[in-house]
Amino acid sequence: MPEDVSAFHLLLTADPMLLAIVRLSLIVSLSAVLFAAMIGVPAGAALALIRFSGRECLIVVLNAMMGLPPVVVGLGVFLALSRSGPLGSLGLLFTPQAMIIAQTILVAPIIAALSRQTIEDLWAEYRDELTAMNVGPARRVATLVWDARFSLVTALLAGFGRAVGEVGAIIIVGGNIESYTRTMTTAIALETSRGDLPLAIGLGMVLICIAISINALAWGVRRASERYAG
Amino acid sequence: MRAQAIDLPITFEHVRILAGGVTILDGISLTISHGSPTVLIGPNGAGKTALLRAAMGLVNVTSGRIDWTGQGVASKRYAIVFQRPTMLRRRAAGNVRYALAAANVPRASRSDRTAELLALVGLDHLARRPARRLSGGEQQRLALARALASDPVVLFLDEPTASLDPAATNAIEDVIRSLTARGVKVVMSTHDIGQARRLAGDIVLLHRGRLVERGPAADFFAKPRSEEAKKFIAGELLL
Repeated sequence: MPEDVSAFHLLLTADPMLLAIVRLSLIVSLSAVLFAAMIGVPAGAALALIRFSGRECLIVVLNAMMGLPPVVVGLGVFLALSRSGPLGSLGLLFTPQAMIIAQTILVAPIIAALSRQTIEDLWAEYRDELTAMNVGPARRVATLVWDARFSLVTALLAGFGRAVGEVGAIIIVGGNIESYTRTMTTAIALETSRGDLPLAIGLGMVLICIAISINALAWGVRRASERYAG
Repeated sequence: MRAQAIDLPITFEHVRILAGGVTILDGISLTISHGSPTVLIGPNGAGKTALLRAAMGLVNVTSGRIDWTGQGVASKRYAIVFQRPTMLRRRAAGNVRYALAAANVPRASRSDRTAELLALVGLDHLARRPARRLSGGEQQRLALARALASDPVVLFLDEPTASLDPAATNAIEDVIRSLTARGVKVVMSTHDIGQARRLAGDIVLLHRGRLVERGPAADFFAKPRSEEAKKFIAGELLL
């Protein structure tokens, strides 16, 4: 059977190995986005609203970190988690957890930087009205995060898109171990050279479908925000 | 009646505001006390908006001082409608509800109060419309409803009818009159000399950041003392 036909066969028969790989990819990247959001949104809000010396410098660094090379992050996490590294005793190297850590580090700056921009812009708009309404700091932050929720969801989707498509970091810290740390991207990267083209092509098609779904979702969020928030 | 004595008068003493090397307000001394609306008039750039914002405590004065009798400015029951109000990214009703929450109105009465306030400014039929989709005039009326949510003792209005048609202007002026009758002190700016005649208890004429003339509206219109006031009343351009 030609490779692309085999790839469709894998997809249409819901091949268990392929499904396991897709599932692990989604678990790793969604977990990473969840943790990155828990770090990134509050950090972005703080950076948007609190004035301190070195703030602008930090914003520049943060924006630069949106483009962190995944392999460098992978290397850093590898060194930290390797047996002789500072966190080596945790025994996390070559586990899904290690991949989640690496992708969290990769995605958190993206979510933080986009949240910072979103919340700062909204604050510039709202400042006078909220000040005049005597809104205290806690309610202020809650208001800004809530009213910016559609843009923040878009930031999360951008982070997820980055995580699910990257290979450099998780291949180093995960090791592409079959049915344990093998994800879509690591499988494509390594199985292609080993000749398992049907699997690689099938996973590639799944990845593209996910990319399209993310963008469709982002589009839907934008439409919803126009409908509800004007 | 509400406890007004703690909130008025507002006293400006030699207030000067500089922004980026430009003098916005210069040596303003002024007392705002109870009664009919105090109306600020003067050409663009005269300092009307700056005076309102300073009275709200939204801008810091460069020198001089503003005194609110009693406590600090932040604890006052006062509200402002900006000339170009910002709509929160919520529905019209959501904007009012938010202001009620910010003013610590109990949750149970917020729905009723929201409906009342929207009806007061004639927006009850647009309650579910996203606020940013409203027209300029509707947004201004929504901002007025929002400002009234805190049940203010003093209400500052910056050109409240600038983008309204005559019917809507009339509606707003009715609201202002009924607020005044209820003991709310309105301090407003306007370009509209007719509106100043209709509403003002006293007039403050500003020109180039300075207070040119102030007095009871009847005197101001009958016997203007300054050249600027005479020109303004005659409808000439004050440059």
